[in-house]
Amino acid sequence: MSEPLLSVRDLKTQFFTEDGTVRAVDGISFDVHEGEIVGLVGESGAGKSVATSSILRLVDSPGEIVGGEIEFKGETIFGLETGDDGELRPRDEMLTEQEMREQIRGREIAIIFQDPMESLNPVFTVGGQLREFIEINRDLDSDEAKKEAIDMLREVGIPAPESRYDEYPHQFSGGMRQRVLIAMALACQPDLIIADEPTTALDVTVEGEILEMVTDLQERYDTSFVWVTHDMSVVAEICDRVNVMYLGEIIEQAEVNDLFYDTKHPYTTALLDSMPRPDRTVDELRPIEGVMPEAIDPPAGCRFHSRCPEARKVCREVHPEPRDLSEESEAIHAAACVKHDAFDVGYDESQPIDTQAGGGFSAGLTETGGDAE
Amino acid sequence: MATETDTPTDTPANTEGTGAGEIEARVGLRYTLRQVRRDTTARIGIYTIGFITVVAVLASIDHYVFGYGVAEAIWYSPVQDPEQVERLLPPVGMENQFGQGTLEHPMGTDHRGRDILGRLFYGTRIAITVGFMATAIGLIGGTLIGAISGYYGGWIDDVLQRFTETIYAIPFLVLVIAFMTAFGRNLTFAMVGVGITSVPVFNRLIRSRVVSVREEDYIEAARAAGVKDRNIIFRHVIPNSFAPVLVQATLQIGVSILIVAGLSFLGFGAQPPTPSWGQMLSASRNYMLPAPTFSIFPGIAILITVIGFNILGDGLQDALDPRINN
Repeated sequence: MSEPLLSVRDLKTQFFTEDGTVRAVDGISFDVHEGEIVGLVGESGAGKSVATSSILRLVDSPGEIVGGEIEFKGETIFGLETGDDGELRPRDEMLTEQEMREQIRGREIAIIFQDPMESLNPVFTVGGQLREFIEINRDLDSDEAKKEAIDMLREVGIPAPESRYDEYPHQFSGGMRQRVLIAMALACQPDLIIADEPTTALDVTVEGEILEMVTDLQERYDTSFVWVTHDMSVVAEICDRVNVMYLGEIIEQAEVNDLFYDTKHPYTTALLDSMPRPDRTVDELRPIEGVMPEAIDPPAGCRFHSRCPEARKVCREVHPEPRDLSEESEAIHAAACVKHDAFDVGYDESQPIDTQAGGGFSAGLTETGGDAE
Repeated sequence: MATETDTPTDTPANTEGTGAGEIEARVGLRYTLRQVRRDTTARIGIYTIGFITVVAVLASIDHYVFGYGVAEAIWYSPVQDPEQVERLLPPVGMENQFGQGTLEHPMGTDHRGRDILGRLFYGTRIAITVGFMATAIGLIGGTLIGAISGYYGGWIDDVLQRFTETIYAIPFLVLVIAFMTAFGRNLTFAMVGVGITSVPVFNRLIRSRVVSVREEDYIEAARAAGVKDRNIIFRHVIPNSFAPVLVQATLQIGVSILIVAGLSFLGFGAQPPTPSWGQMLSASRNYMLPAPTFSIFPGIAILITVIGFNILGDGLQDALDPRINN
């Protein structure tokens, strides 16, 4: 395969709070290739959004990227090295804050936020904001930018873009606003768009339209996407490859079909089981028991062991890193679960543990488990 | 800055195309004015201030273009001491020890025989200038400090907030008087001094809003799109935090007028013979018994102006409060 567009290696982002250090993202690695839609899936609190803001270096205090490497088109967005004094320091080739702002954000990597209701400034017209973003990132003058903005609005399927250009965000419906945000992201012709749960706040019919439009535009512009979501059905719909996150770690990484038909990690299985499926009739959905433990003090061993139906004693002791479990000729399918032979830590001989009593998280149990949104 | 044209007010011509059933924009100057016009009290405030401002503009024109010529012709010598006059004449239709009130001096004359109505007319100019200038200084200073402080947080916030709290800690009259003693007893420094004392008020108000506005997604979106901090503060943060500041500014104009009148009364504001309301009050206190109207008229002028700004401020507050829905 060719050089990846974006390559994230062992990224660690932590929040230093009064209660302790929250390891929101704890050593994740993934690649995004050109023209690919890569999913980042997980429950609330898995670290998906922190991972995406880390890619743009937009993590706010008290959060900080503490380790790992992010490379984008050969440029180092983040990288540390050990200095002469033994302290870690940013590498020389790491982009400065100004270079990030002028070259990367908006221009090369754009982001679509979760809530279209909140992501547009209420005091300016939609067109004005779109034009501003185009002006900043594409060196066009005001008139050209306006023309471009109207074209983009038309492109994302907003009817009568000339007159809607001068309307304020509150005059748009949720779906229309999300289209505007997508127009904003696409308008600067970035190579990578990070979509942070862009359809979560929309109803399902609108979600469908938007997804269709995105796949359509993606084919036309050949933009890569990192698609953050907790919705497996969205993943199935648009993603090429998927990274499943749990408590700051990527626990399974596979092409979308492999993930659904040849699931390797019990957490992914549980996620899929908790979702209603038209091809299977079940009496009751099976939610994932318990809630996700705090990232401040993650469980020892496998982080999922406290909720895992297949957990055994060894899971408490061994912390698995994702390993490629695919056959030689197949695409990479990595998972971090010791039940697979590749790990060879004595899973089969180990005693099963009762997850219901484990970890003391049952106090947080609800009807829907921790998966409710 | 190329983006300056995109103020929320520059849309009236373009909204026609949007057709019926348009939802009203709840932002921008047009919306504010429309809301204010619906409120009877605020309307009275606007008319009062409008009237006083027009008077002030006329007085300025007369001063700068005609050198008091027009007013001198109507009201005999409002500024300079007239040569031969009966002093402290009462208003028209009244009588005191100096003589009978005449139509030539409808509100009577002061202790130097100058026409009171004429001096009130000129005093308006000073009152309005002082009110707007002092408030503008406080508004600009406070908004900048508060917005920067709230947006960046951290040590910048700490330093700026402790600095403005220092201003807060000193009684404002003492501060203004000390300031004027150091730099000079004239109207300019009175305005600057009063402006500085109102910086902390605006600073606190806008900072408290900015702290919540900076967490909004559209700020994050702007950062993710590579917008400079300066543009984020001026184009996204301040316009979204400005409503309470606008209300406070209106009220502050009234307060500033009052303070500068007070300073003039103490001899720190406008210096004689410049006609100012506070200084007229100051001069009149020795003549309370023989000519009470000499102090009553400037008092009424101050009262009306300050009340005008206050009720406009209240009206604005109602108009801009999202919880009060009409």
